[in-house]
Amino acid sequence: MKVVIIGNGIAGITAAIELRKKSDCEIVVVSEETEYFFSRTALMYVFMGHMKFEHTQPYEKSFWQNQNIILKKAKVKSINASQNFLNLENGEKLSYDFLVIASGSKPNKFNWPGQDLNGVSGLYHKSDLEYLESYSSKIKHAVVVGGGLIGVELAEMLKSRGKEVTFLVREGSFWDIVMSEKEGRMLEKHIISHGINLKLNTELKEIKGSSEVEGLITNHGEMIDCQFVGLTVGVSPNIDFIKESGININRGILVNDFLQTNIQNIFAIGDCAEIQNPQLGRRPIEAVWYTGKMMGEALAKSLSGVKTQYNPGHWFNSAKFFDIEYQTYGNVPAKVNESQVELYWEKENKAVRIVFEKASKKFLGINTFGIRMRHQFFESVLNQNQSVDFVLKNLEKANFDPEFYKKYEKEIRNEFLKSI
Amino acid sequence: MNKNIGLSLGFGGISILVLSLFNLFEGAALLYTSLAMILAGIVVYAFGSYKDEMPGIKNNEVWFKSVSSKGTIAWILGFVLTAFYVVIYWYPEYLGLHKEGNTGIIAFFDPLSYVLNGHAASQWFVYGTLYTIAILGFGVKFILKYRHNNYEIIRTLSVMFFQLGFAFLLPEFLAKLNPELDYFAKDIKNMWPLNYYFFEDWHLKALLGGGNLGMFMLFFGIGMVFLISPILTYFFGKRWYCSWVCGCGGLAETAGDSFRHLSDKSDKAWKIERWMIHSVLLFIFITTVAVIYSFLINEKAVLQPNVFLFGVIGFLGIFTLYINKIGYKKLALDARKGIYWASGIISLFLIVNMAIGNTNVFFIDSYSLRSWYGFFIGAAFSGVVGVGFYPIMGSRVWCRFGCPMAAILGFQQKLLSRFRITTNGSQCISCGNCSTYCEMGIDVRSYAMKGEDIVRSSCVGCGVCSAVCPRGVLKLENGAVEI
Repeated sequence: MKVVIIGNGIAGITAAIELRKKSDCEIVVVSEETEYFFSRTALMYVFMGHMKFEHTQPYEKSFWQNQNIILKKAKVKSINASQNFLNLENGEKLSYDFLVIASGSKPNKFNWPGQDLNGVSGLYHKSDLEYLESYSSKIKHAVVVGGGLIGVELAEMLKSRGKEVTFLVREGSFWDIVMSEKEGRMLEKHIISHGINLKLNTELKEIKGSSEVEGLITNHGEMIDCQFVGLTVGVSPNIDFIKESGININRGILVNDFLQTNIQNIFAIGDCAEIQNPQLGRRPIEAVWYTGKMMGEALAKSLSGVKTQYNPGHWFNSAKFFDIEYQTYGNVPAKVNESQVELYWEKENKAVRIVFEKASKKFLGINTFGIRMRHQFFESVLNQNQSVDFVLKNLEKANFDPEFYKKYEKEIRNEFLKSI
Repeated sequence: MNKNIGLSLGFGGISILVLSLFNLFEGAALLYTSLAMILAGIVVYAFGSYKDEMPGIKNNEVWFKSVSSKGTIAWILGFVLTAFYVVIYWYPEYLGLHKEGNTGIIAFFDPLSYVLNGHAASQWFVYGTLYTIAILGFGVKFILKYRHNNYEIIRTLSVMFFQLGFAFLLPEFLAKLNPELDYFAKDIKNMWPLNYYFFEDWHLKALLGGGNLGMFMLFFGIGMVFLISPILTYFFGKRWYCSWVCGCGGLAETAGDSFRHLSDKSDKAWKIERWMIHSVLLFIFITTVAVIYSFLINEKAVLQPNVFLFGVIGFLGIFTLYINKIGYKKLALDARKGIYWASGIISLFLIVNMAIGNTNVFFIDSYSLRSWYGFFIGAAFSGVVGVGFYPIMGSRVWCRFGCPMAAILGFQQKLLSRFRITTNGSQCISCGNCSTYCEMGIDVRSYAMKGEDIVRSSCVGCGVCSAVCPRGVLKLENGAVEI
């Protein structure tokens, strides 16, 4: 049996490593980006000088030999699904018995005038990092477009290298599809305090320049002189090479609960997969590290012969906005509906928001900023359908801050109990 | 701006010390001025670096700066530090140490030495003073850098306190108060085998002849390693010593902080580490047994030499049995085999020795053993390589590859401690900050990304992996296991 995996990101590599634990089949991982697996989320730290690129690679080179996982640096041109082989850009053909597509995402571009000038880049691939590094000396003033997680990371990166940074955010409050207005305001204040020129309600209209970026024009007609434009307006599945293959696609590659496409021996996982019937409250495409990892684990089981449904469990995620760490567990909508109640506490760059069902008092989820909390605690609370009262009563057990940190649980509980 | 003032002050102070080598200066005022300039220089530089920054992780450009990324400045600094250690250990005459009366920098330190201990300065007094200033100054820098993190603040205050009080001032005061006593190590936190001469004959004689203080030091020193350290390590992990109390650790955590990321994280380095540190432990164990045995024979002490040897064999037997019956799950096969073989061979030597009545238990003169240990381990490894190579190999080379105390505490930590670093569910993003900033070269990430607890003998519990984690995944814990 020969399993070929397209993409060596967290989804593809997890599938390869987990499959190897259960099977001695032939495993080939094809990637055009890098020879070895690296942590994409760590690229920012390389630019900031916290780490060297080699530190982002969790496994030593000898690991892949020891595990007998074949790494192939090549770009896939097309898939011949009827005859079970891949056409590579270099003319080679690569046959498979099972194919796993884990080709990830690509940064969005919305056909802005000037978007292909020198000095315009997203931040996704290793090549983006290399480009930014080589271009860095030309940058005095950079503009980052798009107020999501990658946008704030790119702003921090550029700031760390002494660049003046303007940050354009389309929404009226920061990351408003996920954050409540109060949370957004706290983050905005923090971002501004780091010297970022944050412009809310502002979109990119046009990028100006002859061969290199010289400035951009916003939707308000304002001209901003700059030498670099970072485009961080989300990502989309990277599936251009699939279009003629007969594999069903929508925005991403359509897969069933077993991560299987319409073609029986072809699977898709990670950012590029679109789940046809997602669980209640979950989106069809979830381009985050954790789901990629879980999909890789589930698929490895299926490929080793134990048919396993992809079950992402309760939603969780994390991020860091400059110095403010953020963790979320469960379902915490940006705006609660009539059947839900939210509790919010904030103090000195720390905040906690809990959402629960009004009628049953069932705990739905929590956002926490600047206070680390235990994943296992909320996982079991959500599994057991515990009430918000239970969570408040046991909030100390959730705390995961380092020793000697100031504790806020009592204060949070007292304030919340008053308002319930 | 402030950074430049700090650098000028610091290097100004150092220049005075360098010039004092050539007997250009003397006088208390100039000595205190130069020391104050060095301390103030470090503190001013630290404020210049961090005061206007927001509290948070401050690792920007660490791998770009020459000094912290093995650049030219790092090599120069490494060379200077190494040269300083070579001179202080083997050529103190260049610092001005002479039988007929000291000159140079050693004489320059006399005023402070007379105030503190009532004697003229030695090269070790000069060294101890500069060492303490480094820990205090860079301790302030570390606290400013991590001022958002109470664990780091309290831990750093602790190493600063123990260095200034227990390692520096207290021994000097005790020497002044007891001028009639021979020299003995009065730094009670510096226990055997880190203090490798604790059981040497001259030191034992000094302790035994040292009245109440000497006896206290003797019993406390023995109690420290066999009783107090296992109890504290059980509750808190070896960090209670290695990153809260120890002077070597104190320097690594403060002055060495800029180099912590240079530790080698490869599998190969880990393999070398396991063999090397336990070989050093074996070496000092053998040396100490030989030295005590000769002492007991020569001094005709109350304790019969052969009773002592039986005691050692008994200790090894109990330890081996413990590993075989209880601790075996926690140690790898090669580690267990190493313990069995080492214990077996040592016991065999001792039994043969008792049978033939040899005075050199390992058929080597105990004096040679300890002078080899003193040269290769005590001076060359812990001093020259341990600190001299900070800018190239990271700040914990000695602690990781050489310190026999760390090896003993590591056994305790691995076998019976409640201390561990826990990981927060599935939140790890494999970024690698934890592994990069682990001064002990532990690949923390390899555990974190699997969601496993980290229980490693070498972990000194500095807490920096937890601090630099951008996703709040790591936590140092020593409570009972629950949830």
